[in-house]
Amino acid sequence: MPPTVALTVTRYRPERESEPTRQTYEIPYRKDWVVLDALNHVKDNLDGSLSFRWSCRMGVCGSCGMKVNGTPKLTCATFLSDYMPGPIRVEPLDYFPVVRDLVVDLTDFMRKLKQVKPWIIRKEEKAPAEGEYLQTPDQLDTYKQFSMCINCMLCYSACPIYGLEPSFIGPAAIALAQRYNMDSRDEGKAERLKILSEHDGIWQCTFVGECTKVCPKHVDPAGAIQQYKLTSATDWVKSLLLPWGTR
Amino acid sequence: MSIEPPYTLYHPRWYRRRVSVWWWLQKRSYTGFVLRELTSVFVAFFAMVYLWQLHALTQGPEAYGQFLARLRTPLFLALDTIAFLFVLFHAITWFNLTPKAMVVRLRGKRVPDWVIVGLNYAAWLALSGVVAFMLLRGR
Repeated sequence: MPPTVALTVTRYRPERESEPTRQTYEIPYRKDWVVLDALNHVKDNLDGSLSFRWSCRMGVCGSCGMKVNGTPKLTCATFLSDYMPGPIRVEPLDYFPVVRDLVVDLTDFMRKLKQVKPWIIRKEEKAPAEGEYLQTPDQLDTYKQFSMCINCMLCYSACPIYGLEPSFIGPAAIALAQRYNMDSRDEGKAERLKILSEHDGIWQCTFVGECTKVCPKHVDPAGAIQQYKLTSATDWVKSLLLPWGTR
Repeated sequence: MSIEPPYTLYHPRWYRRRVSVWWWLQKRSYTGFVLRELTSVFVAFFAMVYLWQLHALTQGPEAYGQFLARLRTPLFLALDTIAFLFVLFHAITWFNLTPKAMVVRLRGKRVPDWVIVGLNYAAWLALSGVVAFMLLRGR
């Protein structure tokens, strides 16, 4: 008999349940299968009503983030073999409202992301005819790591601060703000500082560090936030000592 | 509680889970984090003892002798040991986290994390050496 493994999945069907329940499926175990393959096997062969998000299957789109055995993971990059002999528990990401089964609502993040203005801000735009804004490889290197974020929300799900203080802007949005702050072509630092140094910004973070651990793209949001705290604090001291010299 | 409208496509009923009071016991790293936050209490404790010592010093030799005698009671010895362990944990965890906050670039390259952590420990050792030298010199 081919080997099988038990896959326990959180179900939430709002039209008939008021709270999530669990359902276990016995699925074939294959060494080359990731958790997403197992979920797709369930959907295709065992239970078509199971809902979950996925798209690219290769760690680029950031859609298939779920908790696997309690840890936030991209299910397309999480092999069944790492959890054998099972059972494997798949749950929706923490701290986001569950829409159905494993699907969570990300509106809160989308709103926050927009707040931190994650785009290049120029005091005066160059006319397209004048050419590109140039950048050296070293300048690119300073922020490149933070630009790898795929908005998969694993960091939010790992952050107890976000769970306890839902108004916290959160790891990914701050890392993305920092990505633009550190970009040599950007001139919007002061605009972003207003949002980020407020109560719900960087100072909410008490450096649990889990966001960095779960990040599948090695973005290091915890590092971004601490670095931003350092710049923000030095800026403040400078503005205190040299009120004329900060701008 | 307000009455929820019936579930329809346009009235989704989202499920929001409450964060348990015991969230910090669910993962070892969370427990470590909460313990690290707790160390601040013991850092404050040492600061208070130090202030108390300064106060005793200004009150003359007799008061200072009383202060020293009090520090030697089992209660203070136990408290000091616990506080010392927590402060040690505080120092080590924060030293290990410094490279996250401090990114030093030399000739366009990022200085590796272990160098930054190592420099912190080296400075700690050097300062402790100076303090030990000053304390033990007279003996």
